[in-house]
Amino acid sequence: MNPVQLVVDSLALGSQYALVALGIGLIFGVMRMINFAQGDIITFGAYALVIPTLSDQAPPGIAALPWPIMVVLIIVLVAIFALLTERLAFRTIRKRGADGATLLISSFAVGYFVQSLILFLHTGRPKSVSILPDLSRQFDILGVRVALVDLVTIAVALLLLLLVGFVLNRTRLGVATRAAAEDFLMARLLAVRADRVIATAFALSGALAGAVTLMFVAKTGVLDFRMGVPLAIAGFVATVIGGMGSLVGAVLGGFFLGIVSTLLQALLPDDLRASRDAFLYGLVILVLLVRPQGLFAFGAARERV
Amino acid sequence: MRWRWMSQPFTLILGVAVLVALAFAVPALSRTMTEALIFAILVVGLGVFIGNTGIVSFGHIAFAMIGAYAAAWQTCCPGIRQVFLPGLPDWLAALNVPLPLAAAVAMLLVGGVALVVGAILLRLTGTAASIGFLSFLFMVKTVFENWDEWTSGQSALVGLPLVVTPLAAGVGLALSILAAAAYRHSTSGLLVRAAREDEVAAHASGIRIWRERLVCLVLSAMIVALGGILLGHNIGSISVNTFWLDLTFLTIAMLVVGGRMSLTGAVAGAVGLTLLRDSLRWLEQGVETPWGEFALPAGMQEVGLALAVLLVLILRPQGLVGLWEADIFRRRQ
Repeated sequence: MNPVQLVVDSLALGSQYALVALGIGLIFGVMRMINFAQGDIITFGAYALVIPTLSDQAPPGIAALPWPIMVVLIIVLVAIFALLTERLAFRTIRKRGADGATLLISSFAVGYFVQSLILFLHTGRPKSVSILPDLSRQFDILGVRVALVDLVTIAVALLLLLLVGFVLNRTRLGVATRAAAEDFLMARLLAVRADRVIATAFALSGALAGAVTLMFVAKTGVLDFRMGVPLAIAGFVATVIGGMGSLVGAVLGGFFLGIVSTLLQALLPDDLRASRDAFLYGLVILVLLVRPQGLFAFGAARERV
Repeated sequence: MRWRWMSQPFTLILGVAVLVALAFAVPALSRTMTEALIFAILVVGLGVFIGNTGIVSFGHIAFAMIGAYAAAWQTCCPGIRQVFLPGLPDWLAALNVPLPLAAAVAMLLVGGVALVVGAILLRLTGTAASIGFLSFLFMVKTVFENWDEWTSGQSALVGLPLVVTPLAAGVGLALSILAAAAYRHSTSGLLVRAAREDEVAAHASGIRIWRERLVCLVLSAMIVALGGILLGHNIGSISVNTFWLDLTFLTIAMLVVGGRMSLTGAVAGAVGLTLLRDSLRWLEQGVETPWGEFALPAGMQEVGLALAVLLVLILRPQGLVGLWEADIFRRRQ
């Protein structure tokens, strides 16, 4: 495989994983909950593009609007949906003093609920939808044909990472969110409002999920009620190998996972390629054994006694 | 009172006996009950590990998968086994092992696998361990999917002898409950729970956390394997996708809904959710009422199940029974 192709592919996949991991990492930071529903929130965004019917051919709803409106609408809708999951489910469970494991499992339940709702409204058959058709163009870089959508994915991901970095570092609410991620109790004692920072984290992570939705659907053009699950798992793994509680770690973990899985796909001999995931996850275990605190965790991650 | 702890598992086993009797009395319930009992075995096995160590494992279904295939290698489709599984050595292909023996052998094999896997993974704690187990499930799935000669790859392996009666599943569950209760009562069980409450303090008290957790994992993996074996021999076919994320989530949901610290909770969650799911399925197919036919719209089964799980978590984060254990023999103080 051509090296340019390899770089573009691995960075494009890595960008998607990084955005999902950042969404999971943001929420983990403020409420110590691994949000498995992040994947199904992405799925929700994809299905929001079309009108619910029982037919295979999905009539485009939002997908038929001019693209700037569609992009904004989807991102806003997904962010609102993420906020709703927090308000209706996670907030109550958190206030009843549930521990991390119970929260994790409740996020499964939310995800499963979203899946079954989509199954109920749209049926389980995969549907096709075409958005942002201009992105499916291909063009030459150094003699290699590269899909525009991959380059746009990478660019958008970098832009969003910068934007989230700006919000977290330069706005009042962002600073409060980071403070809460550092030490939730202390932040509350200093008059940071718990509900508000958690809602901020959900809104940001929902907006990221909306962006992932658009790029994913623009690339594949297929809707499936489980399409978000592999993304959520990749994001989950990425946050852990990056270092739980570190947002930079989550992003780097996402890129790491994307790059390694593309490299394995390209470099493994043919008869082992089907078993790529076995190698990928073997490597994940190895990474965890060598650095249980995560590859990119620096400093304060360890529990103090 | 050396044997006092036995009163608790025996209460549960009485409950299981009632379910088995019900399955025999009402033949229409037989299938659902068998399924509920088998799920209960899986969930009890999962609960031995999750409840005692506090580590949420996403990988235990891999043990069910290994167990189910290992049993199938001994029992599946007599005569034509090598057609489906050309990789089996001749002596294994020729064997026709009765299910109980095959199950015992398969469980021992899974115990060995758990010993090796656990020795590696239990170096990790907390979320890292959860991810480690999830990665293990991915690895096993990928390997089984591509190990065509032994597993028939991505296609299902059909023709497993259908010998699982409600009674057989009930006996399996009773044994699992006994083993789980005995472990909980044992020294290792106590030490593992101490480490769950405070890992640092347990370590400082001289508990060899890694070793005790390993013992716990091996037992729990063997029980989960029994569940997987019975599951396969109840439906008559197994495929890699039977033992994948759906079953992982379903069994974890059952455990959490019931109450993950409690043995009663594990059984109640498994039986309760299976009954709920089958009742919704039944309502979806339509029932005759005096006011005409009533049917839930298709898809309500999944929505209802998810809603039930969510509601329980919102109202009772500790699960339906919390820390409570059913015990009818205990004298009131």
